Amino acid sequence: MDNGFFIQAIIYLTSAIVCVPIAKKLGLSSILGYLFAGIFIGPFVLGFIGNEGEDIMHFAEFGVVMMLFLIGLELDPYKFWKMRKFILGMGSMQLIGSAIVIFILCQLFLDWSWQTTVVIALALSLSSTAIVLQTLKEKGLSQTSMGRSSFAVLLFQDIAVIPILAIIPLMVSGSTVEAENLHSSLISDFDAWIQTLIVAATIIAVYFSGRLIVIPVLRMVAKTRLQELFTASALLLVVAVSYLMQLVGLSPALGAFLAGVVLANSEFRHELEGDIAPFKGLLLGLFFIGVGASINFKLIIDNPIFILVFGAIFTAVKFFVLFGIGKFYKKSNDQNLLFSFGLSQAGEFGFVILSFSMQLNILPNILANQMMAIIALSMLSTPFLLLINEKWIDPYFGVKEKDNRKHDEIDEHNEVIIAGFGHFGSTIGRLLRANGVSATILDNDSDRVDLLRKMGFKVYYGDATRLELLKAAGAEDAKIFIAAIDNPEVNLSVVEILRKHFPHLNILTRARNRVDAYELIDHGVDKIYRETLYTAVHLGVDALTQLGHRKYSATRQGQRFIKYDEAAIRKLAAKRHDKMAYLATVKDEIEMQEQLLKNDLHINFSASDHAWDSELLKKQISE
Amino acid sequence: MPQNKILILFAHPLFEKSFVNQELVRHIPFSNHITFHDLYEEYPEFDINVKHEQNLLEKHDIIIWHHPMYWYSCPPLLKQWIDMVLEYDWAYGKNGNALNGKSIFQVITTGGAKENYCATGKDRFSIPELLEPFNQTAKVCKMNYLPPFVVHGTHKMNEEEVFNHAKTYAELLLFLTKNEINSEEINRNFYMNEWFLKIKSNG
Repeated sequence: MDNGFFIQAIIYLTSAIVCVPIAKKLGLSSILGYLFAGIFIGPFVLGFIGNEGEDIMHFAEFGVVMMLFLIGLELDPYKFWKMRKFILGMGSMQLIGSAIVIFILCQLFLDWSWQTTVVIALALSLSSTAIVLQTLKEKGLSQTSMGRSSFAVLLFQDIAVIPILAIIPLMVSGSTVEAENLHSSLISDFDAWIQTLIVAATIIAVYFSGRLIVIPVLRMVAKTRLQELFTASALLLVVAVSYLMQLVGLSPALGAFLAGVVLANSEFRHELEGDIAPFKGLLLGLFFIGVGASINFKLIIDNPIFILVFGAIFTAVKFFVLFGIGKFYKKSNDQNLLFSFGLSQAGEFGFVILSFSMQLNILPNILANQMMAIIALSMLSTPFLLLINEKWIDPYFGVKEKDNRKHDEIDEHNEVIIAGFGHFGSTIGRLLRANGVSATILDNDSDRVDLLRKMGFKVYYGDATRLELLKAAGAEDAKIFIAAIDNPEVNLSVVEILRKHFPHLNILTRARNRVDAYELIDHGVDKIYRETLYTAVHLGVDALTQLGHRKYSATRQGQRFIKYDEAAIRKLAAKRHDKMAYLATVKDEIEMQEQLLKNDLHINFSASDHAWDSELLKKQISE
Repeated sequence: MPQNKILILFAHPLFEKSFVNQELVRHIPFSNHITFHDLYEEYPEFDINVKHEQNLLEKHDIIIWHHPMYWYSCPPLLKQWIDMVLEYDWAYGKNGNALNGKSIFQVITTGGAKENYCATGKDRFSIPELLEPFNQTAKVCKMNYLPPFVVHGTHKMNEEEVFNHAKTYAELLLFLTKNEINSEEINRNFYMNEWFLKIKSNG
């Protein structure tokens, strides 16, 4: 390992560490941070890295591969079946619609061969799974109607890449292709139809070997109880599948996705997820830095009008096609705007398809490079488009940030603010309302906001981590703030902002589980309510009752257990740091369980008081 | 012959550890005229359903507060029951006549011996004296408060004695369902136990 590697690593990591927090501070997504980091260190700004940016890209594309593996893992076949209408309907409409419109426009105005146009149209129709999913997660929109639709469309695109990559070689079957250009693929010497056959056979082979070989091997590895060995097997699995796919000339990402789906129902799902996730995050970051670095500004400067106009037009085409689909599926304006802007970029699969076609000589080099620059720019544009939508477009067409219909109500501020009105928050809201306490609600699901306003709730629509929104909702005058957002990270950042800017607020915070609670305790949050504690204890109390325990005694045991557990969690939260276990991985969670169970053994719950118990008295009398 | 319906409001926070009360309850006869109502089992979280309790009361003629004596009073849930169920304008007050004329008495267990419960004893007061607040509560609700059925000395009681008390309790309950209550006669006794012993020996 020479010094070059270290210097490279230092440059990449430093740029990421500098740029991503700045982007976050400015309220932009982390993807933009990575992209800018890439642009800064790239050949056109600081020039720290030169052409090796492309090599890095190849390496970092592996982040996309891992992301698809994780998407595959998440994909419960049952859920897939339930979403099939959306996946097939919305997905095919989007892909075919966008591709056809782009194809027709290009054929009308540009003098490209039809093969070139088809490839470009298909490449640009695909959106960026990485950008969209990351954005959905960060904005906490995954569970909204647009989140689910976006996921459906992306999934269709991910799957559609398989046939697209299989079809592209067929388009050149007639023309003269230099076999040397295709050395990446073992099977490129064969006829096109045999290639297609081999591709299909490989996919089937991946499916069956996953069932018959991988799962038994993982079982064996799990028995050794060596965590790092399991991580190694997980990595090996992903790398091997990717390699296999590359051998037959397919995208590694698809192989990984397939492998993920095969393993989605195995008992190792969560462990694989936990092991691969950190690699994915890091490599994906690297991927975006690579995208930033590989934007060829020279090409843009040479022909800026073509690149900008073409980029704008294809983004607009994708936007309007998506908007039309959204209208067809009767989405509300807000959801539809988010959906259409969110998916309007081209994505990492575009790079894959373009470089694949370049090898097949379907695309001239310069055009391919221009297209890559356009894709990179469009990926860069999405966060800004969403920001523009949020600030200027959506407020006019969609649900308003605050409800202006009732002017008389606006001045009067509620004492309670509830952020997040999902199942958890709404229960709180209903209880308060039943007691004549009206709360101001912050929520970012426009459909829900609409409904709540109709029901007469005072609702602010938007991202609760935005200081202006908090101020507008009256955080300065409120007494109690209830942080009940589904996404624990968003919830935590809301709490942090509140503590900094509104120190007078009494903050009550929802925590999904023990791990969330630790996180909150670390940040000095005081009033923490674990969803999984009270309900579980309640159920446990009922179980004791069904086993013949007296209800009152069981209830008291439950109350005691809650007190004990709430004290224990604070003790353990402090202890946790002694072991430097900051990341709550699967392994840590099991250790945590072990610790808890051990501690429980030392506590004799029943001995903690003697109320109404005459046992001792009787003993003394008989002595 | 008129049949009295009896409602036993049983309150024991640690029933599973009280052998005496388990036996007393086990001996309660199965009868359409006797309703056994285990308050701690029904309301472990003290969230008493007042309407339901009032309906129960309205359907019965004789009410029994069955509970151990704790700190010269009843367990907390029974006090909660009294506070919540005996509502103004229902149980007492000018229009509160729901309980008017019903009979009520207590079934009490105490750890200490009977001798302790007198002016010269350790507990300084007799059981009826200590139960005055309950008596007065019943009076305010226009009920007919009868002397208590008391099982003393549970701390040092052998099994046979326990069974005897339990059997007597059962017999008393059956007797009360079948016979008209003669309050004047019963009130001449210190404890319900004494009166019932006399009845039994008279045959």
